[in-house]
Amino acid sequence: MKAFAYVSPTTAKDAIAALKAGGIVRPLAGGQDLLARLKDYVETADTLVNVKQALDATVTPAGGGLKIGAAVTLDALSTNPHVIRMYPALAEAAAKVGSPQIRHQGTVGGNLNQRPRCWYFRQEEFVCFKKGGNRCFSVDGENQHHAIFGNDGPSKIVHSSSLAVPAVAYGARFVVAGPNGEREIPAAEYFTLPTMQNVKKENVLGDDELLTHVILPAPGHIRSGHYEVRFKESRDWPMAFATVVVTMNGANVASARVVLGAVAPTPWRSEAAERALVGKPLTQATAEAAAAAAVEGAKPMSQNAYKIQITKTAVVRAILEAAGKRA
Amino acid sequence: MAQNEDDVSAVSRRDFFKTVGVSGLATGVLAATEQQAQAAPGTLGPGPVPVRLTINGRPYNLHIEPRVTLLDAVRDHALLTGNKRVCDRGTCGACTMIVDGRTVYACSTLAIETQGKKIRTVEGLANGGTLHPVQEAFCDKDAMMCGFCTPGFVMATVALIEKFPHPTPAQIRHELNGNVCRCGTFNRVLEAAAQAGGVNHG
Repeated sequence: MKAFAYVSPTTAKDAIAALKAGGIVRPLAGGQDLLARLKDYVETADTLVNVKQALDATVTPAGGGLKIGAAVTLDALSTNPHVIRMYPALAEAAAKVGSPQIRHQGTVGGNLNQRPRCWYFRQEEFVCFKKGGNRCFSVDGENQHHAIFGNDGPSKIVHSSSLAVPAVAYGARFVVAGPNGEREIPAAEYFTLPTMQNVKKENVLGDDELLTHVILPAPGHIRSGHYEVRFKESRDWPMAFATVVVTMNGANVASARVVLGAVAPTPWRSEAAERALVGKPLTQATAEAAAAAAVEGAKPMSQNAYKIQITKTAVVRAILEAAGKRA
Repeated sequence: MAQNEDDVSAVSRRDFFKTVGVSGLATGVLAATEQQAQAAPGTLGPGPVPVRLTINGRPYNLHIEPRVTLLDAVRDHALLTGNKRVCDRGTCGACTMIVDGRTVYACSTLAIETQGKKIRTVEGLANGGTLHPVQEAFCDKDAMMCGFCTPGFVMATVALIEKFPHPTPAQIRHELNGNVCRCGTFNRVLEAAAQAGGVNHG
């Protein structure tokens, strides 16, 4: 990788100021994605700002929910007893990211802001929309891992963050700090579908901003389930996955949130699946009806229609886990 | 196709050497002009800077660029070549070191970030002529073929045993899941880990 300057500020304010140092400046958290991108010349940087000293690395109770610092490692998140008890889908998603080594280094903020895993994006030679080019190579190329939803825009990537999906399902809010102070953004509005204007990014975070916290609302009496369909058990991004969060009214579902992962350029909420659950008991039949509703309107590309079936499987199993019925 | 690939990689290499060759010069020019005026306080590099690492309990005063990874610092500057550089992308685990008690991919960690931390490499395991129990177990179980992944696997197993002194088979698989053996000696590695930790079929 190209040589870069390095600075390690100790406050968020200094870190945000350092992002304006001139040239290309990138925040460095766990570095598990950034360093690989720099080594592969997917991008270059003049300065890296290590934000791990500057950002909060604690999980603290807040308003009946939790406030999770962006510098919390995936390992710490997945083993935190409050997270496991209150937001088990989030803990499970974190526990399945990468490998122990990656979870020891990788952070909440880094996972949510990681760049696409698209193999064209990751190759220096393929100058796609996301790198300032004028095409998405997956359209006429190898697209078995690309989007089946939200793929009308210029780029057909799937969002690569495992934490983003439960974050949306639990109704999390992201705290973003910049030169003009802080703003709070609902997780569902943080991630953006690609347009010609924003295609180089996957979210609304500005170049002079840092994601500092994830705020999870008080869980109340929710039940949740999370299921990732994987090509192999270890060490890979899931091929499709789902987080389901429900509240119950007696034996029937009162409200539901169904969010799909690895199928669209953002975490993909399925309101059709949610409607199929509300008012029904959490049975296998309901779960299958919701799964069928979840994949309505899917637009597979030339090589990824298989994702429809595994997405249904993920939805069924996440619902049954929320029901406490998963085998 | 092969010809094309060669062409592409030849261009990349040329660009790479150009970048490296010019970077020293460019650094000086930039530092003297706009870069320095705007850089945040405490900014280091991009040229070599002093980096003090504590590896296996010993201090190493290195003079390296901020971009140097922990792996390259340990191998090429501290000259401890036990842990191997294979994928250099946080995928294979051959570079696995233990930093402040936790396994990390040294290839995907900047050396400059590990100042003040306790870095352990495979060289730090044996006590004189006496092998660490994990090293003994790898020998007893013949848990290697070509041996290139072994230092990383040994470090991951040491971290496993320190976390779970008597690990279950599931814990062994989970904690060693970040390392790959292209020869496919996985079963022997799992047996070695089980031996090092004592048998627990829990």
